[in-house]
Amino acid sequence: MRRGSAGREPAGLRTSGAARAGQYLALLAYLVFLALPFLWLLSTAFKPARELGSLHPTWIPEQPTLDNFRQAFDEQPLLQAAANSLIAAVSAALIAVVIATPMAYVMARHRGRLATAATGWVVVSQAFPFVLVIIPLFLVLKNLHLINTLWGLILVYVVWSLPFALWMLAGYVRAVPAELEEAAAVDGAGRVRTLVSVVTPLLAPGIVATALFAFITAWNEFFFALVLLKTPEKQTLPVVLTHFLGAEGVADLGPLAAAAFLATLPSLVLFAFIQRRITGGMTAGAVRG
Amino acid sequence: MRAALARRAAAAAVVLALLLTGCSGGGDDGRDADGTIRLRFQSLAWQKESVDANKQLVKEWNAAHPGVQVDYVQGSWDSVHDQLLTSFEGGEAPDIIHDASDDLADFAYGGYLTDLGPLLPARLKAEIPEQSWRTTTFGEGVYGVPFLQEPRVLIANTKLLKASGVRIPTPEDPWSWEEFRWVTKELTGKGRYGIAWPLKEPVSVTLNLGLSGGGQLFHRDDDGKAVLRFEEGDRVVPGTIHDQVNTDGSAARSALGMGGSDSLPGFFGGKYAMVPLGFSYRQQIIQQAPEGFDWTVLPAPAGAGGPTQGVSPQTLSVAEDSPHKKEAVAFIDFLLRPPNMVRLARGDWMLPTGTEALADPSLHTAEHGWNVGTALARGLRPAPAQSVRGYPEWKDKVATPALQEFYSGAIDIGELRKRLVDDGNRVLARYQR
Repeated sequence: MRRGSAGREPAGLRTSGAARAGQYLALLAYLVFLALPFLWLLSTAFKPARELGSLHPTWIPEQPTLDNFRQAFDEQPLLQAAANSLIAAVSAALIAVVIATPMAYVMARHRGRLATAATGWVVVSQAFPFVLVIIPLFLVLKNLHLINTLWGLILVYVVWSLPFALWMLAGYVRAVPAELEEAAAVDGAGRVRTLVSVVTPLLAPGIVATALFAFITAWNEFFFALVLLKTPEKQTLPVVLTHFLGAEGVADLGPLAAAAFLATLPSLVLFAFIQRRITGGMTAGAVRG
Repeated sequence: MRAALARRAAAAAVVLALLLTGCSGGGDDGRDADGTIRLRFQSLAWQKESVDANKQLVKEWNAAHPGVQVDYVQGSWDSVHDQLLTSFEGGEAPDIIHDASDDLADFAYGGYLTDLGPLLPARLKAEIPEQSWRTTTFGEGVYGVPFLQEPRVLIANTKLLKASGVRIPTPEDPWSWEEFRWVTKELTGKGRYGIAWPLKEPVSVTLNLGLSGGGQLFHRDDDGKAVLRFEEGDRVVPGTIHDQVNTDGSAARSALGMGGSDSLPGFFGGKYAMVPLGFSYRQQIIQQAPEGFDWTVLPAPAGAGGPTQGVSPQTLSVAEDSPHKKEAVAFIDFLLRPPNMVRLARGDWMLPTGTEALADPSLHTAEHGWNVGTALARGLRPAPAQSVRGYPEWKDKVATPALQEFYSGAIDIGELRKRLVDDGNRVLARYQR
């Protein structure tokens, strides 16, 4: 709709210039708030040790250095840890969406006792703290000989991210018009065919968003990885990052910042590539009927 | 259609089961297929020199003991308690465990650690003084070998110290707490405080330095139960800090919420003339101090208790579930031979507990204040509360908020006493029924 041609904005949506400026200001403040920690991390990663101890720290390092990166790579197996994190996070994300998609479809389309109970379970399962489940989980995985294996960790990540993935995908399924499925049924398609050929393509943005959620959850996860992985060659990035910390919160700040900066990159790159699809998907389901 | 679906589901379940069982690990007797004993040593070393020293020693052991091979596993101070607890519960703990003595009580009482008493070689027993062994003795058993420790020292800006004209203290003649309070006033000037107390975690600092003021706080009654009493000596350290912040203005109020590292920029920038820090912080100071910044290490003040203070040494323990306890103790004995203990101490910028190691000339140089630290070693005692059950809860729920409020001036000493003792004894009673 072009403004001033086909019609005017509804009264409720009309905003004055000042209000709009205020909105942009608030948005800008929020963006700055979000960006500050990352920019500070970036700045710290390139500062030499003496600048880290300055009473008047600067945003831009006065004598930028790559020493922190060199030291970080020299002291810890960062590449190996990044590879482990990547394997665990990508696998967990893929498996989670493969399992969650048909389940979410059932939850969204079939309102019965089972679906209600499943929804209840999804909500309740999010309330369990890690420490409550870790020991039973550890014992189960031990019996399956999955301690100190990436498969064990992937299994945990899938189970852990599944409830929220289900919840998220069910919302996307509800946004797909049921009329399309009825039309497919009239054309002779069965349930599975309808799900695969009609619903899933329309769910693509939702599936991507869900996979991204599962990926980031797994990529950032620390506690399970700490407990389940024992040998250095299996450990993931969040666990390896703690090796730059000493007792009583003392930290090797420069290398820690350098390693943490590298650890944030995959998530950022991933978001940069697919954010357009996610936002497109979110708005696509918003105007039905 | 349904039958086909059921077949697919069954096939998927079989594939999953095969997948899971296909990832199985090795045996549980701690031996390789050729009979070599394999031990896991989880180290919390984190500074480069320290990690290098540990790895090098493991390498030397492995070269000399082909039948008993040690795998170095990197742990982290930040998460060691939760990680060990889970590993113990799951029967997957490392054979040799690096930790701090104040973290051992729960594990020892829980039956997760081996009583090393009967296994320790006489050499190692004799090398480490009795007061250090007391930090790892719980009930009748010895559950860890204490090997590294650090006193709290005053790191001072040499230029400001000399310019003030105050007496420079030595380990033999430290400042009294009253003199220390006067000195910090002398060192206070425009835009500068005499001292910054980084008290983000105020309990251990207060208790450990409290010994030098003649305080103890934790006592044992006739039937061996721990009980809290706030006596005259217990007022010295908290009273001094409180007065420096709230009466004299010689201690920076803004530093009270800081960790040790947070106080360093202000120290380097001349905002604080002195900071009380652990001995190992010297490494950070060397790395971060600006060119030409001159600093010195001074002993902490002493009062009626003399130049003593509490410490929780770093320890090496053996898991109760380890199938090769004798070999694990032999490795610890190797790791802690005097020359090796010196290597570990220098790597961590700390002091060795061993008498012979502590006598090593490289730890007595004036450079970086090593000689001050070694001179203070004689006065190091077990941290007052580390073997008291319920101490962690008392620390988190009672003492930390009470001390934070007291230091900021929100409550007076009477209220502090009431909270530490009255509320504290109720907490301890629950653990000692």
